[in-house]
Amino acid sequence: MKTKKLSFCGSSLMQGNEAGAMGALAADCKFFAGYPITPASEIPEILSSKMFAENGIFMQMEDELASICACIGASWGGSRAMTATSGPGFSLMQEALGYAVVAETPIVIMDVMRGGPSTGQPTSSSQQDVMQSRYGSHGDYEIIALTPSSAQEAFDFTVRAFNLADKYRVPVIVLSDEVVGHTREKVTIPDTVELFDEKYRGLCKEYYKPDEKNIPPRIRFFEEHSVLVDGQLHDERGVRAGHDPVKSARAVEHYCRKILDNIEDITSVDRYFLDDADIVLVAYGSVSRSALSAVNKARANGIKAGLLKINTVWPCPVKEIKAACENARRVIVPEMNIGQYVKEVQRIAGFDKIEPLPSLGGVLHTPKMIFEKIAEVN
Amino acid sequence: MNSIAEKFIRKETLPFIFCPGCGHGIVVNSFIRAIDELGVQKNEMACVGGIGCSSWAPVYLDFDCLHCLHGRAIPHAEGLKAVNPDKQIVVFSGDGDCLGIGGNHLIHAAKRNIDLTVLMMSNYIYGMTGGQKAPTTPYQATTKTSPLGNEEHPFDVQSVVVGSGATFYARCCATHPIQMKEAIKAGLRHKGFSFIEILSPCPTTAGRNIFNFKSPQETMDWYRSQVYLLGKDAKPDPAETRIPLGILHVDESRDELTDVQRQKKEAAQK
Repeated sequence: MKTKKLSFCGSSLMQGNEAGAMGALAADCKFFAGYPITPASEIPEILSSKMFAENGIFMQMEDELASICACIGASWGGSRAMTATSGPGFSLMQEALGYAVVAETPIVIMDVMRGGPSTGQPTSSSQQDVMQSRYGSHGDYEIIALTPSSAQEAFDFTVRAFNLADKYRVPVIVLSDEVVGHTREKVTIPDTVELFDEKYRGLCKEYYKPDEKNIPPRIRFFEEHSVLVDGQLHDERGVRAGHDPVKSARAVEHYCRKILDNIEDITSVDRYFLDDADIVLVAYGSVSRSALSAVNKARANGIKAGLLKINTVWPCPVKEIKAACENARRVIVPEMNIGQYVKEVQRIAGFDKIEPLPSLGGVLHTPKMIFEKIAEVN
Repeated sequence: MNSIAEKFIRKETLPFIFCPGCGHGIVVNSFIRAIDELGVQKNEMACVGGIGCSSWAPVYLDFDCLHCLHGRAIPHAEGLKAVNPDKQIVVFSGDGDCLGIGGNHLIHAAKRNIDLTVLMMSNYIYGMTGGQKAPTTPYQATTKTSPLGNEEHPFDVQSVVVGSGATFYARCCATHPIQMKEAIKAGLRHKGFSFIEILSPCPTTAGRNIFNFKSPQETMDWYRSQVYLLGKDAKPDPAETRIPLGILHVDESRDELTDVQRQKKEAAQK
């Protein structure tokens, strides 16, 4: 890692979307392409005014398809690149997200979730894109998705998303939501940030060849490698191998293994009162803040409740969920959807003790709603 | 191998996927002769292709190559160009890739006047998928998906591209490789969105389905009968029924996008 000194540090009041945009600038993002969509539009608005001054490029594209593709082009051109969108736009990006996986292209996609399906609830919050972020594109692959719960985390996680993208040569999703995106709160931008230091392998023909940790080196255009980037499954020189069962299988395994083999490095969770917890909450994003309030209230009422706050929903932190739920009597999974991530928790912790706590209609769980559920199952 | 091919062809991707009699190999030939004559160096140019037979052309060139998604070559190229304004970015596309699934990207790139050179190989058909109708298929022509005759008229490509703001438009044909080479050179030298439409015969699917030709030679002969070379600075004759080949539109007056972006950067950093 290398340390970058920031020209715009200090504490101020800002919404999560602004914090995410500032996180991108802090992380040396030099290219943003996007298409307006509620509730993510503040991100392109802010970057359109700041990007040129930071020696970067802002482009408003004709649609979300073009936006993510332009980011992939810019990434191969040597720039850190980001796009931002919400549910319907994220659906359009799935095609190129799969391409970024196969082409092993680092980009960051910020999805500020709104209510779906379809046009759904444009101005309301949700966590309905959890499974879209995991399985949205066709074919087998693994993905990294970070779930900020506050404006501060929108900044911090965006910086981390760029580092993970570069380190593993993958698209990384910052899975924000409307509540995080539009809540104005204190954000402290530090004096410096740590950025992934790209290592170059130097001139070679097998530029896709991974190291012992399954990570290929970063490579970019215009360095006389004659890089061949293809969306068809390919060998380590980039030459198409879709017709070759052995090489094709190896390619797909590689896209998955480079994430799963490094899951300990990628996974991030926060644990609250889990040591002696009878009732465990598993939550992520804005809902985790209501969950923490509810846990605090439960503790004040003598109920042994705890919270596992997941900061990286993908790859699924299996070990951490298993450990947190092992000794619990009941496990509650509050989500702003009909119950998506609860299915992951069920497969890990068993069906019997899991209590889904869905909230639809764009309504963020109040601490009261979650506390009542804790009291009910206690 | 020919010395120019030796210099510019990526050998590990050979053999070509192109069928015997396909025009796309002639396009590759004219292209590498054009860049050889212009003295383009390896780290000065990158090639981008979408999906389709024609979009395979850049894969055979020994330059940095982004072989991306169907219809999305242009936006990938735009991102690549925006962060490397001093590099030459060339897009190889087909009529389905460029005008069909990628049509919205095409007209917006033309509108932006971003300095890309797009070589669109047009063969009236979806070749790679086996001969279905394309945005350029003639009215009433039979294809695998218009067995009773195409219900739709084809695009007037020049009007679409020039009307969208492209500042360079040339038309070429695989029957005239020297003129094609010169048009590619002019397109590469032009600062702005350069669009080169190349009529490229597909004997395998268009020859069989649309024209009922029996051989690649018959296909090539028919194309030769359909086109004529336009003299330098000459205007197409309205009475002429054949298709004119030449540089048909050049506009030097419009600002190019990456130049404007550079100005914005300089102003913002003052």
